[in-house]
Amino acid sequence: MSGLIKSSIARKVVMALSGLFLVIFLVLHVTINFASVIAPEFFNEASHFMGYNPLVQYLMQPILIIGVIVHFVMGFVLEIQNRNARGVGYVKYKGSANAPWVSRNMIYSGLVILAFLGLHFYDFWIHEMTYKYIQANPEDPTRYYAETVEKFAPFWRTIIYIVSFVLLSLHLWHGFSSSFQSMGVNNKYTPAIKTFTKLFAVVVPLAFAFIALYHHLNPITH
Amino acid sequence: MKLYLKIWRQKNASTKGQMVDYTLNGVESDMSFLEMLDILNEELISKGEEPVEFDHDCREGICGTCSLMINGRPHGPDSMITVCQLHMRSFNDGDEIVIEPWRAKAFPVIKDLIVDRTAFDRIQQAGGYISVNTSGRPVDANAIPIEKDMADKSFNAATCIGCGACVAACKNASAMLFTSAKVSQFALLPQGQVEAAERVENMVRQMDLEGFGNCTNTGACEIECPKGISLENIARMNREYLFASVKG
Amino acid sequence: MGVLDSREPQGPLANKWTNHKNEIDLVNPANKRNIDIIIVGTGLAGGSAAATLAELGYNVKTFCYQDSPRRAHSIAAQGGVNAAKNYQGDGDSVYRLFYDTVKGGDYRSRESNVYRLAEVSTNIIDQCVAQGVPFAREYGGLLDNRSFGGVLVSRTFYAKGQTGQQLLLGAYAAMNRQIQRGKIKSYTRHEMLDLVLVDGKARGIIARDLVSGEIERHSAHAVVLATGGYGNLFFLSTYCMGANVMAAWKAHKKGAFFANPCFTQIHPTCIPVSGDHQSKLTLMSESLRNDGRIWVPKRLEDAQAIREGKLKPTQLGEEERDYYLERRYPAFGNLVPRDVASRAAKERCDAGFGVNKTGEAVYLDFSAAIMRYGREKALTSGMKDVDDNTIRELGEKIVEAKYGNLFQMYEKIVDENPYKTPMMIYPAVHYTMGGLWVDYNLQTTIPGCYAAGEANFSDHGANRLGASALMQGLADGYFVLPYTIGDYLSDDIRTGPIPTDSPEFDAAEKNVTDRLQKLMSGTGIHSVDYYHKKLGKIMWNKCGMSRNAKELKEAIKEIAELRKDFWENVKIPGRPDSKNQELEKAGRVADFLELGELFAKDALERNESCGGHFREEYQTPEGEALRDDENFKFVSAWEYMGEPNDAKLHKEDLVYENIKVKTRSYK
Repeated sequence: MSGLIKSSIARKVVMALSGLFLVIFLVLHVTINFASVIAPEFFNEASHFMGYNPLVQYLMQPILIIGVIVHFVMGFVLEIQNRNARGVGYVKYKGSANAPWVSRNMIYSGLVILAFLGLHFYDFWIHEMTYKYIQANPEDPTRYYAETVEKFAPFWRTIIYIVSFVLLSLHLWHGFSSSFQSMGVNNKYTPAIKTFTKLFAVVVPLAFAFIALYHHLNPITH
Repeated sequence: MKLYLKIWRQKNASTKGQMVDYTLNGVESDMSFLEMLDILNEELISKGEEPVEFDHDCREGICGTCSLMINGRPHGPDSMITVCQLHMRSFNDGDEIVIEPWRAKAFPVIKDLIVDRTAFDRIQQAGGYISVNTSGRPVDANAIPIEKDMADKSFNAATCIGCGACVAACKNASAMLFTSAKVSQFALLPQGQVEAAERVENMVRQMDLEGFGNCTNTGACEIECPKGISLENIARMNREYLFASVKG
Repeated sequence: MGVLDSREPQGPLANKWTNHKNEIDLVNPANKRNIDIIIVGTGLAGGSAAATLAELGYNVKTFCYQDSPRRAHSIAAQGGVNAAKNYQGDGDSVYRLFYDTVKGGDYRSRESNVYRLAEVSTNIIDQCVAQGVPFAREYGGLLDNRSFGGVLVSRTFYAKGQTGQQLLLGAYAAMNRQIQRGKIKSYTRHEMLDLVLVDGKARGIIARDLVSGEIERHSAHAVVLATGGYGNLFFLSTYCMGANVMAAWKAHKKGAFFANPCFTQIHPTCIPVSGDHQSKLTLMSESLRNDGRIWVPKRLEDAQAIREGKLKPTQLGEEERDYYLERRYPAFGNLVPRDVASRAAKERCDAGFGVNKTGEAVYLDFSAAIMRYGREKALTSGMKDVDDNTIRELGEKIVEAKYGNLFQMYEKIVDENPYKTPMMIYPAVHYTMGGLWVDYNLQTTIPGCYAAGEANFSDHGANRLGASALMQGLADGYFVLPYTIGDYLSDDIRTGPIPTDSPEFDAAEKNVTDRLQKLMSGTGIHSVDYYHKKLGKIMWNKCGMSRNAKELKEAIKEIAELRKDFWENVKIPGRPDSKNQELEKAGRVADFLELGELFAKDALERNESCGGHFREEYQTPEGEALRDDENFKFVSAWEYMGEPNDAKLHKEDLVYENIKVKTRSYK
């Protein structure tokens, strides 16, 4: 069992599992967000539930945060090990000849996503924490929609979000199906997994980008 | 044709190396790449200089000795061949060709383009065998029928020639394709399944100890492998390893 | 002339090996731990011997010049390994394999050795399957066989086109198991430079660490040489670039007799030489002759036009082609043994019918087979009124399924599509049947020095059959040496470790360092390859597929002159105390320059034609080989006397009690 924790394969599996967990979270996230476009009331209800349900707040949220931290810390550890494994670098290295750009640059797409997460946390999570615990404001199940739309008023923020979603797409394009390979799944279903991955990597970030752009273009007029 | 070569020269493991430029005339398109280097070396010797040392032996693509990074690709631009099977008709008059050794911390340079690949031997010593006595009298060869599909898959994994192109190609210098080919060959046969768990744990442990990088599933190894070893083997090894770990 | 004792056991042929095993001395397990064995070479013979001896308990040290034992040239064998399993129920037996091997060798091999080889062959397959060697299988899950080299049964086991690699990986895996146990110490990138004798017994070697250039002493109670053949004597061959005769030649100079040096196999289906820059020849599996038809143009002017590029082979009609093997040997046609097919190709090319720019190539044509398979396929798939193009397409698919990887290899090298235009082939040096003389126990004439695999002479006579080399290497290593070496070592249980500071080791090391110094002191301008190529040309032209007394005498003289020039003038850059590939090559070529002369002398002394040895003076009116059993039914074993040409001939008479000696005919 000790090998499972220390070995290279175990680290890959940790990357794969935490990555898949985040993929599932994305599905939930995009679903609720999309409600802000088609059903603002439902969006408010769902957001309120997520913000005040003790199970979500004290169990799911910490797990999610741990998942994010594990995924990027392990990503860094692996990246450092991998760079060290080369030793002296090549004068000429034609990586594009044998592997797609996305697979070779997961660290960069990941770093952009991480930076985006910082902004995203500042925008929503810090705001939420301040609202709830520092300012100790009362519960208001109707505020979420307006707050969200307002966030996308500045052009720069919308652009940053959209660019980040493009990088998220690239990260998913390789990462999602790759996690199956890491866990030992490579069989007759693999082509289907790969197709689904591509679909997922396009549709989900596109939906996020659409939401941001939609709110930017449709501000709430008072 | 006339070629502009940039070749890594390094006296020995403890000195620093550098790229050196050479211009070579009179190369013919039906020469093999290594014959082109032979000609360069003949010229260097006649000038009293030390020839470029590179590993090579069978020159027919099976021993796995030759190991050159050519213009940024292991075994050069063509697919499914080793350097010794590469011919100069893949190049044009006036081309610049950059020739480097395999690069990996686990493959230290010995001299010029020669690297030390004994890490591969040690991975196999850690468990790449079936523990039967060679001097004993085993059961008849046909006593255990083996499904043709499994035998073929095992053979496909066993075609690995241990050249190290997978490590050289991988941006992480990972040896997963090599190790998984060796693990798979045995894991797919009934004779090898008896000690499969122990084997995969020991071989992966040794692979990690040697300082190879981690697999990030870029698939570069599979593309550059001169024998076309499939990524399925890596998935199989991951699977075998997980089962072995859980089994304890 | 001395008498050689082959130490063949008495009794009926079929019981000799069993009786011998029952009678020889054994070493008890506790004592084996106190005995060291050195094995030089880690191909099929060396690797399998190392694994087995270590497993029995001896302390084994292995040496190979490659960077890993797995890269020895056994790895390049394509076709398969013979075994008298009779799984196909087609009448195979130990006796039949024995008979085919002796007959194929043109009655110049030792009966008892060959019988033992056939006897243990079945065990090889059991052993390899247990080790995880992935042989080809049928849909029922049982092992598949194919026929090979014109024998009448299917007894060849194979792993697609890389049986050699798979068997070697098996032996290497068995070695790895013993390395892990600490019973084998593997020295890679090491080359044996001399054999050390103490009190007349082989007690160690001097080796050079090829990376550091350091000279090392290694002692043992016995030394096994499994260093392969010496075909690189010809410069161009299907051997790997590093293959050399150094270990065997050093043993020869220390007293081991060298047997039948002139018995060389020249394989008919290799890719022809394309120019002077060529470093290596590539073999195309013999299996191609099952479907390919060999021909040259009938008219000289057509051959000339083809050479000049004015005419394409596909433009010549059936009646303008000379299918010379089918013409000369109607019974066997394109499936005559290797030596016969090679000579016939040379005969046509010498007469001016060669078809590539060097004039040394013949066609191997698959168009008839493609059309035949295509028509068959059209019939069985119920297609009617199909045109020739469709038939050809169908046929090409079938041929691709059978030989696809070979065709692809050919196209990569020659840059021509063999489905559309006939392949060009020419014979090339492929294997040497000669080697160190050994007795039934595989011991050379030096006590404690053994030779196994291609390095010895024992089993193939004057011509080796396809798929027999792998069989012999593994038989020697897995099943013969481990028994016979114990008989010798049983006297050594009280000897204790052999010291390496004895005067004998001092002298041997000095000998080695002096030689390296001498090689480095050449003052000329020519590289090692220059001399190697020159030697190769002499060998190929005068000691190749056909030989005559006049040219052999010339060769002896020319080689001696070339050797003198080499020692005075060869130019080796770099230093002896570091990695130096030129110095490695020089040491090997220096030995070839001596062996070459002995080779020519042996060919000159053997006034007959047999197997791969064809003397132009001894042929039938139709140009077939004329064997002389009256005067030459013996093994020539040469004793070193100072210069190659002074070597003294010893004869081992060959006695055939179980087989009737006949003339080989393939008409």
